[in-house]
Amino acid sequence: MWRSCLQLRDWGRHLLKRPLHGPIDPLVPGPSPELRARAYAPPAERKRFYQNVSITQGEGGFEINLDHRKLKTPQAKLFTVPSEALATAVATEWDSQQDTIKFYTMHLTTLCNTSLDNPTQRSKDQLIQAALKFLDTDTICYRVEEPETLVELQKNEWDPIIEWAEKRYGVEIGTSTSIMGPNIPAKTYEALASHLASYNMWALQGIEFVVAQLKSMVLTLGLIDLRLTVEQAVLLSRLEEEYQIQKWGNIEWAHDYELQELRARAAAGALFVHLCSESTTVKHKLLQE
Amino acid sequence: MAALGSPARTWRGLLRELRYLSAATGRPYRDTAAYRYLVKAFRAHRVTGEQLCRAQHELHFQAAAYLCLLRSVREHVALHREFHGQGERSVEESAGLVGLQLPRQPGGKGWEP
Repeated sequence: MWRSCLQLRDWGRHLLKRPLHGPIDPLVPGPSPELRARAYAPPAERKRFYQNVSITQGEGGFEINLDHRKLKTPQAKLFTVPSEALATAVATEWDSQQDTIKFYTMHLTTLCNTSLDNPTQRSKDQLIQAALKFLDTDTICYRVEEPETLVELQKNEWDPIIEWAEKRYGVEIGTSTSIMGPNIPAKTYEALASHLASYNMWALQGIEFVVAQLKSMVLTLGLIDLRLTVEQAVLLSRLEEEYQIQKWGNIEWAHDYELQELRARAAAGALFVHLCSESTTVKHKLLQE
Repeated sequence: MAALGSPARTWRGLLRELRYLSAATGRPYRDTAAYRYLVKAFRAHRVTGEQLCRAQHELHFQAAAYLCLLRSVREHVALHREFHGQGERSVEESAGLVGLQLPRQPGGKGWEP
């Protein structure tokens, strides 16, 4: 019995001290030397093949250069962005990759690729409709009936945002506790659709992305109108989860993981929308002293 | 909107994130295009005459959003590396978790070639 206990302790220690290895070498045969290789490893990632990332200005806008090669989209179009800030941010994303390229961390690059390629071939109207569809089942319009504390929390946190949106756009958005959802009049849809139509295609891609992440149209409107910060919007979107976490405890590898991922995506989307829909002009005034 | 905080705090946070990023590549963070752009943008918008400048507010919001992006991507990658990057365990390791060992049969198992 003691020997098996010692063995268990040694195995345990091995598992904790083992260094992290990359994907398995497929040439190593059979059950490899203990604990060196895993039966299944995540597929090999692309290594970082460039040293420097730089930005140049071309005809269509700003381009990214990896060493001397120009960055291209997945559909092999030249990667051009209209705004220098966006190009700088994308270049920083590429520059921050160490050893392997983790595409799932490069949210701005993904958004730019989607806008350039438009792989789903959607028109402006289709994008607006897709975004507005979330209004039917908007997170902050759906209320629970019990427990009492959660009802209170939802009322205190979500009602002000709904009031703000109603006032700002002159529309009616109700709340509801039934499974059918709030009854939103057609005028609301039209008003919001005409507001969204004032954004260009790129900004709309960003807006639709944020709506899909936060699962709420109203929170997205709050983000693009600077009413909410990204952290606030994410917190409001996850209000019930945060409530449950406070009650039952936080699980780092699930809750924190999802929180950081949602924050990253929402921040990328919000930044993307703002950078694509702004235009900066600098007027120099003569200082008269 | 009080939750945005002060621009100085956002600026310090951005500098810290840029330092983390450049610690990875080894080049000093003052060389990066992002640093130069941010310095230019923050300086340009400091010297406006109005107090309630909407452009200032917008810039601060964008800076805060970018800070949130950098911070959360870094935390996400750290969490992924710590908890989700390993893949599956092999049969030997799974057995070893509960203190068992796979049987060693010198002649090979009957059905193996």
